Amino acid sequence: MAQAERVLFLGPRLNTTNSIGIVRAQRAQFDTPLVFRSGAVLPRYELVYETYGKLNADKSNAILICHALSGHHHVAGVYADQPKNVGWWDNMVGPGKPIDTDKFFVVGLNNLGGCHGSTGPSSIDPETGKPYGASFPIITVEDWVESQARLADRLGIKQFAAVIGGSLGGMQALQWSLAYPERVRHVLAIASAPRLTAQNIAFNDVARNAILTDPDFHGGNYYQHNVVPTRGLRLARMLGHITYLSDDAMADKFGRELRSEQLNYGYDVEFQIESYLRYQGDKFAGMFDANTYLLMTKALDYFDPSHDFGGDMNKAFARSKSDYLVVSFTTDWRFSPQRSREIVQTLLHNRRNVSYAEITSTHGHDSFLMEHPHYFDVMRAYLDNVASEVSR
Amino acid sequence: MSKGINMNQYLVSSAEERPDFAAIAEWIPKGASVLDLGCGDGSLLRYLKEARRVRGYGVEINDVDIVMCIANGVNVIQNDLESGLSDFEDNSFDFVILSQTLQATRHTEALVNEMLRVGREGIVSFPNFGYWKNRLNVLRGHMPVSQELPYQWYDTPNVHLCTLHDFEMFCDRQRVAILERSVMTGEREVKLLPNLLGSTAVYRFQRGI
Repeated sequence: MAQAERVLFLGPRLNTTNSIGIVRAQRAQFDTPLVFRSGAVLPRYELVYETYGKLNADKSNAILICHALSGHHHVAGVYADQPKNVGWWDNMVGPGKPIDTDKFFVVGLNNLGGCHGSTGPSSIDPETGKPYGASFPIITVEDWVESQARLADRLGIKQFAAVIGGSLGGMQALQWSLAYPERVRHVLAIASAPRLTAQNIAFNDVARNAILTDPDFHGGNYYQHNVVPTRGLRLARMLGHITYLSDDAMADKFGRELRSEQLNYGYDVEFQIESYLRYQGDKFAGMFDANTYLLMTKALDYFDPSHDFGGDMNKAFARSKSDYLVVSFTTDWRFSPQRSREIVQTLLHNRRNVSYAEITSTHGHDSFLMEHPHYFDVMRAYLDNVASEVSR
Repeated sequence: MSKGINMNQYLVSSAEERPDFAAIAEWIPKGASVLDLGCGDGSLLRYLKEARRVRGYGVEINDVDIVMCIANGVNVIQNDLESGLSDFEDNSFDFVILSQTLQATRHTEALVNEMLRVGREGIVSFPNFGYWKNRLNVLRGHMPVSQELPYQWYDTPNVHLCTLHDFEMFCDRQRVAILERSVMTGEREVKLLPNLLGSTAVYRFQRGI
């Protein structure tokens, strides 16, 4: 049978048009103190979240989307008053899309410590009347999952049909199956890793140092000084951005293209890539909170499910009862295919159901956010089966 | 869901079209663990899952097949067999199957050894190059092209074709002990002169002493 015929049943391959449409953010207040892994206690907090689709009668069709470093709760659709503010994973989530909102009840939230509405360093601490700033505790992936579980309780979701995330979001999805084996049937970990390598921690540390050494940082309490450590945050993002792209993608997009006609022999922007990075850095520094950036990179560094098991990842995953889909991208060197295969090996050792797809893509780590036919087919095929397990 | 039903029909028929599947299934006890190398669209694993309740995984390199396997509800790991089976631990499977793939592997010796590192027993099926129709083709001066060997010489993935005798000599030299053999032409089992009259061979084997 011809290959074109063989994939027909998967439905339309690319779906840029079908948007969930107008969505709105909601808030949930939690007054039960949350004890962090570090021992710190957050007495009360708020989470901002969005939901798409309908929760079915037996509440079995819920999917949780966990976001990565700079993500948030606005996963899909647009706001009524901001028609151009499209959710960060709108190509993946929506009616008829791989994460199909006609079949699933999809929940996206802004993680605790974030800067998009959930309680974080830039929120006002009710105890002091000032922003938390440096006093906001270091948060871990485990703490996030704990706070997400409380949100699930609030929404009446006892078990997720799937928890899905890319990169740092994939770590949360993995952690869900370890912290709450009974509460997640399927884990989709995309462009993720079971724990960071030294190189990855090193990148994070350089990014943090850029922020920490910015004279406007003021030990994290820059809000009171009415300044923002823009220079540090900008550098951190520029560095990050380099690592999210592949060498090839950068060469294709920019090469050695110059910004002006001739060489100027100076320190101003000479090459297009410099211009692009500075633009990305400025854009990000203008909308993201530096303390949140620090927290997110720390959460990445600390994540290691094997930590409590003498470094034995196989033992760490022995608790899991979920099925897994692991996806990586060939040119992703920040979270390389090899790291995803380590997840797969651990799951094979523990005899979990697992499928692994290695997507040939030129876009590096950023691939997980892009529309790619094979990637989307894999997601759709897997989630169609998940949908067939739950009642309408 | 009509889409799903159509797909099921396709998959069942594809399993029925492969007589070596039935022979393989006969050797696999209920509830066994199975690794299927070069598992294609996953129809053998799905067949074994339904007929034998196996705990199965497939290894496949082709993108479309990966999607088909996932749609089939079978576990599949996207990887190149030629780079070894390093994702899999020693003795982690009861059976490691190489169905209609042996002849297309480059490092055949290494792969058979890997099969017996990862699995307790190995099962291979392959087109018998010694089948009389193939011999006749060669006698007439042409490389054989048939249902079992559908490729032209210039586009074939089959780099290591062999006869039953060749495979048995190979096993002998590799200290691989053959436990069982089933030879067939179409769906008919061949007992008489199998190396001449059989178009497909299936072997079950383990590490020899």
